[in-house]
This record gives sequence, C-alpha cells and structure tokens, in this order.
Amino acid sequence: MKIAVLSGKGGTGKTTVSASLALSIGKCQYVDCDVEEPNGWVFLRPEIKNTIPVNVLVPEADALKCNGCGDCGKACQFHAIAVVKGKVLVFPEICHHCGACLIACPQEAIREVNRETGVIEINEDNTFLQGRLNIGEPISIPIIRELKKRLRNDVPVILDCSPGASCTVVQSVGGCDYCILVTEPTPFGLHDLKIAVQLIKNMEIPFGVVVNKASQDNQSVQEFCKQNQIEILLEIPYSQEIAQAYSKGILPVEHNGDWKSKFEELYQKVERGARK
Amino acid sequence: MKQIAFVSGKGGTGKSTLVSSLSILVKDKMLADCDVDAPNLHILINGDIIKQEDYLGAKEAVIDPSVCIECGLCKSTCRFDAISEKLEILPMMCEGCGACVIVCPVKAISLEEVKTGQTYVAKTERGTFSHALLDIGAEGSGKLVTEVRKNVHNYKNDEKWVLIDGSPGIGCVVIASITGADAVVAVSEPTLSGLSDLKRVLSVAQHFQIPAFVCINKYDLNTDITKQIEEYCIVNDFPVIGKIPFDPTIVKALQQFKTPIEAGNEIVTEEIRKIWEQIMCRVEENWTINKTKRRYL
Repeated sequence: MKIAVLSGKGGTGKTTVSASLALSIGKCQYVDCDVEEPNGWVFLRPEIKNTIPVNVLVPEADALKCNGCGDCGKACQFHAIAVVKGKVLVFPEICHHCGACLIACPQEAIREVNRETGVIEINEDNTFLQGRLNIGEPISIPIIRELKKRLRNDVPVILDCSPGASCTVVQSVGGCDYCILVTEPTPFGLHDLKIAVQLIKNMEIPFGVVVNKASQDNQSVQEFCKQNQIEILLEIPYSQEIAQAYSKGILPVEHNGDWKSKFEELYQKVERGARK
Repeated sequence: MKQIAFVSGKGGTGKSTLVSSLSILVKDKMLADCDVDAPNLHILINGDIIKQEDYLGAKEAVIDPSVCIECGLCKSTCRFDAISEKLEILPMMCEGCGACVIVCPVKAISLEEVKTGQTYVAKTERGTFSHALLDIGAEGSGKLVTEVRKNVHNYKNDEKWVLIDGSPGIGCVVIASITGADAVVAVSEPTLSGLSDLKRVLSVAQHFQIPAFVCINKYDLNTDITKQIEEYCIVNDFPVIGKIPFDPTIVKALQQFKTPIEAGNEIVTEEIRKIWEQIMCRVEENWTINKTKRRYL
C-alpha cells in the first residue's frame, strides 16, 4: 500500500498528517519527497545511518575530439550546452541529463560525468527515507526518482509530497494506490485544493481529503467536497495548543491516544478507498 | 525599477497575505505572482485582464505510428521512462528532450510544442498585475515564472517597485522568481520546520548573491524559536525587518477575501508599514553602497 500526501497550497499540514499517520499505524515506511524543504525529520527524529549522494550525468566535451560543429547545442532542448567560438560550454545546473547531446555528437567527443545534486538519507531499519536537494540546484526530479526506487513492498509506505501541482508532485504521486489531499478552510486552501483534485483525477488515483485547522464558521471545503462527492477522511480542528506543539516539533498523536485512534481510523478509510 | 521577491522556504507562512497587504500600502508599483502552480494573489486582487495568453513552455515527443518500425530504440534511449512497452509516449513523464527523435532510424518521432500554462496581465486599482497558471501537472514551471516576469517588463510604466509573490521551496520556481531581484524578503514562522526551511531558502539567496531580509510572522506563537531565528539572522547577517503577531482575525479576514489592512487590523497594519519602510531604506542603501563601491573600484 503506497499513500501519497499532497496539498496544492503549502503549509496546510501535509507533514503533520503524514508523520502522524506514520506514528499511528505501526510498522511502515515514511518517505519525504519534499526534497526542497524536507520537514518530516523534525517530527519523526530518525537517526540517519546511510547518506547516499544522488548523482546526475552531465556532459563533458573532449576538446581533442570536438570539431566545434555545434550539433550538441542544436540537440539540447534546454540550452544547457552550446558551442561558442569553437569551444563547448556546458551549463550543468540547467542540464536535464537526457543524453541527447551525447547521441547527437558525430565525433563521439562527449562523455558524461557524475555531478551531485543532492542526497538521500535512510535510517537503520529503513522506516525513514528522505531526499535533500543541494542549495542552488533547480531540478529535484532525479532525487525523487532515487527515493522511489527504494520504496518498500512489505510495509505500508507514506509519501510526503512537496506543495504545488507541478512535475515534482506528479513524479512523487505516480504509482501510488491512494492520495490524501490536505487542505485548510481559507480561499487560498480551497483554490489550491481544486488544482490538486484535478491533478489526482487526471492520474486516476483514488483520493480523499483531510481538512486541517477546521472551524465551524467556514464550511467551504466541506461544501466543495460534498458537491463533488469527495470523501472527507478527517477534520483536525484549529487549536492553539496543536499549533504550539507543532512549533516545537511535537505532533498531537504523541501525547494523545484519541488522536492516535483517529489516525488509525484514517488509515482504515484509506485502505477501503484504495480497494474501491 | 526595484524588484522585491517574497519567499519563505516553507509554505503557508504568510507570503501572499503580506504581499496583498503591501499591495494596498505601497504606491507606484507593479505586482507579480510567481507561485505559478498554486497562485493565490489574484484571489484577493480584482482587476480587468488586459492580456491573456497560452504559454507554450515545453515540448513533447510524438510518434507517427504509420512510420514507426517498432524497433524500440526510442524506449531504450529515453531516460525518463516516458515511452511505454507498446511504444506510446507518456505525456506526464516526457521531458521533451528529443533524445528519441535523434535516435529513431526512420524519423518517426518529432517534438511538438505543448501548452504548459496561461499568462495574465491585469489592470487593478493597486497597479498592473502579472500572473499565470501552470497547467495541471505540467513541466516547466520555472520557465512560466520567467514569462510572468517578462510581462512585468513589457507592461511597466515607470513604476518604482515590483512586488513578487514567490512560491515555497528552493528549486527551479524559487530560483526563477528571485534571479535578478534587488532583494529577497523571507517570510518565516517560529516553528522548527519553519526555521529549517528558512535557513535553506536564505542560503539560496546568498548563493545567488541577492540581499535577503527576514520577516517573522506569528512571532509570538513560540518566542523561543523566534529568538533562535533572530540569533541565526544576526550571526549570518540577515536583517530581521519585522515581526507580525499571531492574530486569528487575520484568518477571519482572509476567509472574507480581505487583507488584514482592509479588515482594519491596526497593529498588523502598523507592523507591515514598518516592514515596508525597512525594505525601502535597505534597498536604497544597498543600491547606494553598490554605487559607491563601483565608483571606488
């Protein structure tokens, strides 16, 4: 069972929900796919045993073989390689590591070299896995891809995704059995929830919604879900106490049995939803 | 024209709330929402759209089945698993790199431009406003951000400032939002995750050598962590230019599509006013220092 947690809008409580779920359902694997700003470690406090660099392949030209024809630059769709005054220039940060320049070069003058753009980190018993993009690097997809190679099949897997609805979220969510969309009852939260719903519908994955910071005064999310026949899996009421504990990296499930059983129930709903 | 980019690292710390408030207080400016895959500023700022355009921001491989000899070379070349067993392109996975086009022995594959989003320019009471919406799950969010910023340039009319609402994270969208900006304002919150994310986004600003200032939102939620943020900022030379108190009326106002300023929240309004004064002074000062440096170099 692979469960992706996403939201559209940032800061609605993806990590709160995924980490709480991880602490409530017994043996499972928590995977932080928000490699730009991973936060699960703050709450789960894992002991990292293994740090593995994530390398991408970037081109390097052999000046002796290169005849300056410029075919590599014409092949590259990302303007990451160019021939200027007969010399090959590579802009490694914007390279998409596709290998097109290598294939295009008639002189076989291009070879690929490893370049580290981030790391993945794993704890002792492989129940915690996270990726971290290096500072100044724009492309996080290769790190997410490496994380996804290491998903376990023997226990439930919870994937904590990044905000938004772009290619990084698609990469994280692909192949999952169920999606939990976390939102908050503000115009911003609802607007971005609609985007996330559309994305998951396009990907044809079953999903449900968790309303975080829920309040009686604003039922906009509930109304939207009712109209669109989307199951609300859980409502977490707004509480100053939860917010303050969160600020210190403490989740409600850690000191409150009620919350733990609510997240167990959430998991049962997810299991049922994924089977449908 | 000075460009100020508001970022946060962590999502939901209050970027759009701050930028929409400043859109009322600051005169003589343009607005840009660069959070293209979850844009929010247009929800609070009404205006007349004067330009709306499809943005063709990516390419996608297309196989002509009548030419294809099913050799499978494209599939084994593709590094993005974007070609299925049946030799069909999977659009969600295709990066449009064209490696398959080059490798195909019978020229059955071509690259076609695809729409990745929509750009908008609106005239509003608060100034010209450039924004965009990335298509669901599309590639190339960074390029769309660059397009939003090009529209600012194309529609400027001697304004003194551009306020850029950025996105969470530190990757391509954030880099595209802050490149070439005169200053970055990082909006943080006093939580352990907020602090961790703040450090990373400030490092990105430093990496690209853009002056960065910090604003702590909901600072009284956890005064210990607020202190930690302030200490971190002192040691690393990032001025803290304002602290906004936690106030449930801010969310209530937002639920009625109002900024805290429109809702008449005086304490918050005063603090945001001070934040803007700090930004103005510091940006002008940096500019003067750089000018002086240039003179002496």
